Amino acid sequence: MEVLIFLLFILVLAIFLGFEIISKVPSLLHTPLMSGSNAISGVTIVGALIAAGLGEGEDTAALIGGVAVAFATINVVGGYLVTNRMLSMFKKKDK
Amino acid sequence: MEDIRTLLNLVYILSAVTFILGFKLMGRPTTARQGNILSAVGMAAAVVATLMFPEVVRYTYIAGGLAIGAVIGAFFAFRTPMTGMPQMVGLLNGFGGAASLLVAWAEFVARPDQPVYQGIIIWLTVLIGTVTLSGSLVAWAKLEERFIPTKPVLYPGQRIVSVLLLAAILGGGIWFALDMAAPTAVQVLGAVTVLAFILGILLVIPIGGADMPVVISLLNSYSGMAACASGFIIQNNLLIVAGALVGASGIILTLIMCKAMNRSVANVVLGGFGADMPGKAQDVVGEIKPVKPDEAYLILEAANSVVIVPGYGLAVSQAQHAVRELMEALEKNGTEVRFAIHPVAGRMPGHMNVLLAEANIPYDALVEMDAINPTMDTVDVCMIIGANDVVNPAALEDKSSPLWGMPIIEAHRARTVIVMKRSMGKGFAGVENPLFFRNNTRMLFGDAKASLQALVNEFKGGS
Repeated sequence: MEVLIFLLFILVLAIFLGFEIISKVPSLLHTPLMSGSNAISGVTIVGALIAAGLGEGEDTAALIGGVAVAFATINVVGGYLVTNRMLSMFKKKDK
Repeated sequence: MEDIRTLLNLVYILSAVTFILGFKLMGRPTTARQGNILSAVGMAAAVVATLMFPEVVRYTYIAGGLAIGAVIGAFFAFRTPMTGMPQMVGLLNGFGGAASLLVAWAEFVARPDQPVYQGIIIWLTVLIGTVTLSGSLVAWAKLEERFIPTKPVLYPGQRIVSVLLLAAILGGGIWFALDMAAPTAVQVLGAVTVLAFILGILLVIPIGGADMPVVISLLNSYSGMAACASGFIIQNNLLIVAGALVGASGIILTLIMCKAMNRSVANVVLGGFGADMPGKAQDVVGEIKPVKPDEAYLILEAANSVVIVPGYGLAVSQAQHAVRELMEALEKNGTEVRFAIHPVAGRMPGHMNVLLAEANIPYDALVEMDAINPTMDTVDVCMIIGANDVVNPAALEDKSSPLWGMPIIEAHRARTVIVMKRSMGKGFAGVENPLFFRNNTRMLFGDAKASLQALVNEFKGGS
């Protein structure tokens, strides 16, 4: 229970931090911001890997974890790559 | 054993720092790309660190999941056209939700005998993750214009059904959390998952196609919250911090979108906008003044400053490259060209900027609505291409208009307005646009791409 309070504390601080940083992103970059944050929401991959790596006697949980790894990886890989593809198109006037 | 744990947790802290710095660098177009790469490096570090935890002993599923996910993810990233970005982001939101919900399930299957608060967190993760998944699938189908009608789907008793579902999910959650070790707990959590899936569908299906930018932003936020909730299950700070950042990002974008449409979040989420519009005929005074490309050319040729207002129609007719050619022709002629971007132009936040950037239009020519409006009186020609509601002066002048109060690009204040339009159809909101009937407005009918091409040819022939 004590851990829970500590984690909540982190959560509250992170929410405030998020609002501070992200409200500074200009609307020009909102689509890459969104696909980039999509990639970051794939951080669930950490939980998925731990589950998929469970050993003997936990076959079902590990299998569910494996499927979760696949979904999270789509998010991470797809999100970062497409964001990079988009951002490479933004150019300043070369005159 | 404990030493390695400490070390790996330090890596997680570093990853969190790269995510935060990545978002910060995302604040400027010159640094955004580095920010994204930094953030990706942090994610890779987190993945490698996780694999080194002593309890990770089985690698078959991990390898399989990583390989399948990487192939599918890369396929999406390289094959999706820029016009299809909203669908792709929508789908990825859903996959993020799916991953979180599966993590919750795996944790429950592996360790069912846990305290009540842990049961509540598992239930909450399953709920948010599943709603994100099914809601995103519906949003994807609506944007793809496949399987599900784009128009709001309404049926009697919609809200009551949703409330009843939510009540059942809540009840299931209490039942589940109180005794996770009970043999029935699997069925209860299964039922909760199914009901949450239905709830997600019902939440998005009554929302109209025009409101999808809001929905996508909101689901983006949910996918972050789902990741955050799964962080509580495995008690991992990185997931909580990253999830909270994404959650905040989605909420901010949702609020910006709602403000740009002058609607409340509740109004959008409860849905039905555009399904039963009063369709009241406003008294529009004036007459339509159509022009041919050669006349439009003469107006543009004499202009010192031109502002182009692009709408999604521009992308639909694939006219981004033609518009860049016109921009180049105008600039060669000594005319200053700027693009005025309304926050809801396109189908997701910032979509129009990406579509124009793809056509090699430099981003310093793209101006936000609030920056362009004060200069509008000094603009010689405002060209509207495939936009309608976002330049409708009724939003400022007609209290009875459904658009009343929505911030618009004040195109009507320019000396001359040229509207490129396929026909006299109405905008997404189905509202008549008095701008088309103004004295200073000229209508250039036809396909946007063809009209732009004709104008470019006039410039080539004339000089």
